[in-house]
Amino acid sequence: MTTAAAIPNAPSRFRLPRRAVSPLILIALWEIGSRIGLIPARILAAPSQVVATLFDMIASGELQSNLVVSLGRALTGLALGGFIGGGLAIIAGLSKRGELAVDPPVQMLRTLPVLALVQLFIVWFGIGETPKILLIALGVSFPIYLNLYNGIRGVDPKLIEAARTFGLSGPALIRHVILPGAMPSLLLGLRMALTVSWLLLVIAEQINASAGLGYLINNARDFLQTDVIVVCLLVYAAIGLTADAGVRALESRALAWRPSLIKG
Amino acid sequence: MSRSDTPAVTVRNLSRSFGDAQILTDLNLDIAPGEFIALLGRSGSGKTTLLRALGDLDNCYTGTIAAPAGRAIAFQEARLLPWKTVRQNVGIGLTNVQRATRVDIALGEVGLAHRADAWPATLSGGEGQRAALARALVREPALLLLDEPFASLDALTRIKMHRLVESLWQAHKPAVLLVTHDVDEAVLLADRVLVLEAGRIAIDERVEIARPRDTADPAFQRLRAKLLRGLGVEIPEPRTEDRTPPQLRVVERREAVA
Repeated sequence: MTTAAAIPNAPSRFRLPRRAVSPLILIALWEIGSRIGLIPARILAAPSQVVATLFDMIASGELQSNLVVSLGRALTGLALGGFIGGGLAIIAGLSKRGELAVDPPVQMLRTLPVLALVQLFIVWFGIGETPKILLIALGVSFPIYLNLYNGIRGVDPKLIEAARTFGLSGPALIRHVILPGAMPSLLLGLRMALTVSWLLLVIAEQINASAGLGYLINNARDFLQTDVIVVCLLVYAAIGLTADAGVRALESRALAWRPSLIKG
Repeated sequence: MSRSDTPAVTVRNLSRSFGDAQILTDLNLDIAPGEFIALLGRSGSGKTTLLRALGDLDNCYTGTIAAPAGRAIAFQEARLLPWKTVRQNVGIGLTNVQRATRVDIALGEVGLAHRADAWPATLSGGEGQRAALARALVREPALLLLDEPFASLDALTRIKMHRLVESLWQAHKPAVLLVTHDVDEAVLLADRVLVLEAGRIAIDERVEIARPRDTADPAFQRLRAKLLRGLGVEIPEPRTEDRTPPQLRVVERREAVA
């Protein structure tokens, strides 16, 4: 690899990144396969058809309105789960008594696959918004809890001791020493929580939804509209990527003090 | 007491054990206001245990300790909060008014004003200890506890830090307890050098050498040798006449010229 510094006057013409070549070839093969009838549209729509459908759905507003519903579910679940998981982690992390009260039941619940709870949630909460949001909240609370709890326990006791001698105690100690010390773990937990929330959103929206991306997919399945399904899958992927990039941006701001980030 | 009627610190019958190990046994100690004490002792002799009791970091002892409420500690590691800038670290636990008026002055005194907005991870070892000293001094303590604060610094940085600590002490006059394993450091800085052994103060030596002190001073060398022997290090008596072989002297002179 040559760098720009090595060749000061290198022409800045457009170059295809080498890693983009093979995906583009695959898409081209897919398009050709669809055109010559090798891939029937009811199995998988052609890329060109998918793009056309995407623009149609944007133009009609159908995509945006359903996307807002899905995002609302994910964010509500994320907020609720973050609040519960974070709160429990603070209780368990800050005292031995809190740990004994909180940690054993949480660790036991954690072994349950959340997806296996879908049917129970439908029995308890019906098929409205409640089970969807609670399912996401439950799944999200575990990564937040585990990472924040570990982060709190991992704060250097010498720093806590020093801060105490300089007059910090109680809420000030938590705010200035313990939570900032646990922040790297918490952000890692948030990244994992975002992945989980997105995954559970897909599952939750299969429960008799009347709006949202999952509703669009279910409808499209009934009419064999594979182009709509692929558009929705692309949107799921794009939002997952955006969320991850968002947390990484948050990390570089909140963790600016870390040696690895100072130089870079 | 010669300096004052009421000592800054009074320790009576202080005992502390960890499990079966008796670390401090009926220890008695007075520190006068503004007095600089250096505490020597072999590893495990209880130096840090005594400092921690005085600094209220440990209260599982028997006996009594009377110490001023205004205490500040500088630890062997700087122990700065990595997520706060140097200025924020120095100002930790202060009121807003104190923070506004004192922090930058303290940073200036330790020669760290230009690094006030730096993250601790970017500081050198010496800079970190300067910040830790500023954080202790900004509280205007009546008792300053230094727990081997120079142990992890390189020799040149340590010399600079010795001068800094001496001048800061002379400017603010807190009582100081410096825990160290460096005999030169103790003799260089302290009014009194204590040697801790078997849980008690075995040697209590007043240092009468005028400041600023010079390690080459014969009086310095004599006291150094005495303390080292007290610590169980056998060293030859200081030479009364120069028996250095002539050849070696020439080499030494050449080095001195270079």
